[in-house]
Amino acid sequence: MKPAQFDYYAPASVEEALDKLAELGYEGKVLAGGQSLIAAMNFRMARPGSLVDLNNIPELSYIKPTADGGLAIGTMTRVYAVEHSPEVAKRFPLLPEVAHYIGHAQIRRRGSFGGAIAHADPSGQLPGIAKVMNAKCLIRSKGKEDRWVDAADLIIGPFMTVIEYEDLLTEVVLPPNPPRTGSSYQQVARQNGGYALAACASVLTLDDKNKCQDARLILMGVGEMPILSDKVKEILIGQEPTEEAFKEVGEAVQSEIDPSSDLNGTSEYRRDLIRVLVPRSLALSLERAKKGS
Amino acid sequence: MAQLIPIKVTVNDTVYERQVEPRLLLSDFIRHELGLFGTHVGCEHGMCGACTILFDGEPVRSCLIFAVQANGHQIKTVESLGSPDHMHPLQEAFHEKHGLQCGFCTPGILMTVVPFLEEHPHPTEDEIREAIDGNICRCTGYEKIIESVQAASEKMSSGK
Repeated sequence: MKPAQFDYYAPASVEEALDKLAELGYEGKVLAGGQSLIAAMNFRMARPGSLVDLNNIPELSYIKPTADGGLAIGTMTRVYAVEHSPEVAKRFPLLPEVAHYIGHAQIRRRGSFGGAIAHADPSGQLPGIAKVMNAKCLIRSKGKEDRWVDAADLIIGPFMTVIEYEDLLTEVVLPPNPPRTGSSYQQVARQNGGYALAACASVLTLDDKNKCQDARLILMGVGEMPILSDKVKEILIGQEPTEEAFKEVGEAVQSEIDPSSDLNGTSEYRRDLIRVLVPRSLALSLERAKKGS
Repeated sequence: MAQLIPIKVTVNDTVYERQVEPRLLLSDFIRHELGLFGTHVGCEHGMCGACTILFDGEPVRSCLIFAVQANGHQIKTVESLGSPDHMHPLQEAFHEKHGLQCGFCTPGILMTVVPFLEEHPHPTEDEIREAIDGNICRCTGYEKIIESVQAASEKMSSGK
């Protein structure tokens, strides 16, 4: 199908974009990479009155180291650029590992890092990954002070965030991980590039006695939004990271997820996948943490 | 009245100036405004890959970009590759190895593989499978497509 009619604006700077968004209010919608939005518009599931296109704002595309050893990523940085950035691979190997599974190469060339997070698709990888990486999101709007929102507080439901119509997510900051941190991503999908039936990512940090200093786990595709597990912390922090403990986490998170059934897989099947994927991801993260990566 | 926006876009090295409605997809602009029917439209939501073109040298879905966004950019479609008398080595390989049956997916696959072979002049079979995982061939002729890409990489790296 074809999109419904809309008005189009292509600001050349962030300030111009904020002016336009403030002026349009409820009628306006940000067009970032467009790889989800334009598809939704073609189906007429989305019918925005006006689009404010960010593709002519070069100042929104960058990957910059922060003073504390983390990274700041501009909202329009293409997923493909994040996937292939040596800076990202060195500091956050989880990101290229995950990016590889997002859509197809042609989608990643155009799709934007910030746009994917702001879109908050419960089946998308990046909103969950931002949560498990403790990302901080910079939200700007005209006439208001800049706001920093934790990724964990950004998403409030399926396709819903605290970003208002006049707001723009301009930057995502990834804080550095402590030494002896390992991370990994696991998913099961019907085909390459397809939505994952279930997926998870874990980040483990070891202390000098090889016990878990920190453990973070995000569960994706098994609820209305990516679920940051509390159980993983209860079970692992301060404890020996053993295979048995990882299996226990896979069982314990069953109370935290609420997968639905569709023609690709039943709710029970998705629960089983999580039971298998969580210990796998934790074991891989542990191996990587031991290597100090 | 719908907005009409003037755009200037270079397609296959020719500069076109047109007035477009914002909602016009780049795929429809290429086909209906420019008459370049080589770019095929399958699903219009980014799943099938038939409409893949090069946007400033990068393979992207032309059904997930508005024509108005192409203003000032360089587009290459399958028509840029070669002619029936002077085929691109990749097209020759598809011809020789039976890399197409109905041919609907072929333009998208060619435009995906051209930049892929530039980055991977000697691809493995696995790399080729992954490179075309965003293109659906509903004749399911994937084996022949992979053979064609392999043959093309040999042709192109030996300079023939």
